[in-house]
Amino acid sequence: MIEAVGLTKRYGDKTAVYNLSFQVRPGAVTGFLGPNGSGKSTTMRMILGLDNPTAGHVTIGGYPYRRLPNAPRQVGALLDAKAVHGGRSARNHLLSLAQLSGIPARRVDEVLGVVGLHDVARRRSKGFSLGMGQRLGIAAALLGDPQVLLFDEPVNGLDPEGILWVRNLMKALAAEGRTVFVSSHLMSEMALTADHLIVIGRGQLLADMSITDFISANSADFARVRTPDTEPQQREKLSSALTEAGGHVLPEQDGALRVTGLPLPRISDIAHDADVRLWELSPHQASLEEAYMRMTQGAVDYRSTDDQKAGLQQPLPPGAQPPMPVPGQGQPGWYAPPPPQPGGQPFAPPQGAPVPPPAGPYGAPGVPGAAPGVPAPNPYAQPAPQAPQGPAPVAPPPAAPPSAPSSADLTKPEDAR
Amino acid sequence: MTAAQVVRSEWTKIRSVASTVWTLSLAVVVTIALGMLIAALSRSEFDSMSSRDRLAFDPTFISFAGMSLGQLAMIVFGVLVVSNEYSTGMIRASLAAVPQRGTFLFSKLAVATALALVVSLATSFAAFFLGQAMLGEHRASIGDDGVLRAVIGGGLYMTLIALFSMGVAAMLRSPMLSLGILMPFFFLISNILGNVDATKKIGRFLPDQAGSKIMQVVPPLDDDTPYGPWGGLGIMALWVVAALIGGHVLLKRRDAQ
Repeated sequence: MIEAVGLTKRYGDKTAVYNLSFQVRPGAVTGFLGPNGSGKSTTMRMILGLDNPTAGHVTIGGYPYRRLPNAPRQVGALLDAKAVHGGRSARNHLLSLAQLSGIPARRVDEVLGVVGLHDVARRRSKGFSLGMGQRLGIAAALLGDPQVLLFDEPVNGLDPEGILWVRNLMKALAAEGRTVFVSSHLMSEMALTADHLIVIGRGQLLADMSITDFISANSADFARVRTPDTEPQQREKLSSALTEAGGHVLPEQDGALRVTGLPLPRISDIAHDADVRLWELSPHQASLEEAYMRMTQGAVDYRSTDDQKAGLQQPLPPGAQPPMPVPGQGQPGWYAPPPPQPGGQPFAPPQGAPVPPPAGPYGAPGVPGAAPGVPAPNPYAQPAPQAPQGPAPVAPPPAAPPSAPSSADLTKPEDAR
Repeated sequence: MTAAQVVRSEWTKIRSVASTVWTLSLAVVVTIALGMLIAALSRSEFDSMSSRDRLAFDPTFISFAGMSLGQLAMIVFGVLVVSNEYSTGMIRASLAAVPQRGTFLFSKLAVATALALVVSLATSFAAFFLGQAMLGEHRASIGDDGVLRAVIGGGLYMTLIALFSMGVAAMLRSPMLSLGILMPFFFLISNILGNVDATKKIGRFLPDQAGSKIMQVVPPLDDDTPYGPWGGLGIMALWVVAALIGGHVLLKRRDAQ
């Protein structure tokens, strides 16, 4: 059982972790999620007594780590797989850690077998791949057969077989009644491994709930509604009827409608009342990845901006077109829910989610200088701006080209394709 | 209990990296070889020396001339033993295993210092005997007054240099920074301060200037050094203690990274 109360860590005037309180219970895998730089590793170091909290405290089994009796036999941790002297063999590395904790050398060979590094045990760890390094780090965590295990990004650099192995290992450790605390920035990985989730962003707690609760609390369920393709006016009709009834309607790329805020039977009733036939009415759930991204969106420290290439751009000769972007690339800040069908286009996020920032020269509309009044099916048909562009603000997104009606925002990503 | 565990672990660490062997053997070879070379040169020049210089001729001290370079390898050894933990990130695993940071640091230093002491004493005796062999008829004997003290003192001097480097590295953590400060300091700055008249009085209280006094058997003619051989070594030991206290305090206070 790990318990943090009001945990705060400041480095100078930068607050890495702020007022974090949570519990990690035994018998379950608890995922610790957050974007890069959100304070996951700092929190883990504070749990292990390596960093002193500026305020608050964290205990393991009721003791602060540094006063925990026989700490290395109770707590095992993988903090950084690269934290190995490259000139030392894997076995000697583990042996030195084992001796440090009073663990017999026999156990070293056992854990080397468990992580599958037996054959390279006497090789210098300098030559290890990222995945082998991770395995060595996991071996170090398992040395003391501890009841509490902390893993910081354990699947980094592992191959699919290794990822599966780590996943099963975590579950097996938790099934034995151990406390397993795993940090990751990969929501999809946590969805498969963790029973419980703690999400932080910018060092603050965003969520602390079971994985099933997390999904239902954060993902917007929506209905996909399709009217006969042959009668576009029916689509308009239904659209307005649904909006009138309080639903939120977003057109999708293939002509279907994405409806939120109305239960399926109600949509069916409205369609019936409006005398519109339906070809499809299906329930959908946004992916976990999407829920996580939406939750942490405001708390991402390192966000890519559009590559303006301002200093590199040559004024194009009149009439010339810049090269077409590669589809599917360069849409920073944009999260794509599962496409409705293979090859389909991403659609806009559901209600309440911020409008995606404008994509840059690779992907996107919103090239400054788009001629007003001209509906621009392809922004690249416009001549490139002559003046160097200033850096684009990340948020709020710049206004769409004046020509575009506001709803065009929703279909804009198509334009790039 | 914990200390014994750390000592065993540190012994595993220190013997399982190549840098230990390299730095220590370099210290041995350079100290002995340079000492022999200078001894041989001194022997051939003895006849052309002034009588004044002949009076101050110190065959024991000459055979330790290689230490000015050999100590640099010892500094590298001391720095690497400590800063390896930081440059690799191993310190986090180590301190997670041994939350008693003082126990960890001093057990680590004990292992490295014991190894350095064995190597240094062996080097010192070898440098003395081989150096005297090169000096021929001008040689000193181990039984002469103060010679045994100088030879053992040479070993202690090298050990203290290594220990001082460990203390500094524990404070600075980065190997590059530690070496970047210690190497020029001991190779250049200390020598300059000790030989320029204006700064001589301060320079001779620096760790290496004070400590090397123990290796002198025949003092220079107009010697006005305010401390004796053991006094000098004591001054050096004070420097070492200061560095170790600094390293210990910082390790306890700082976050481990």
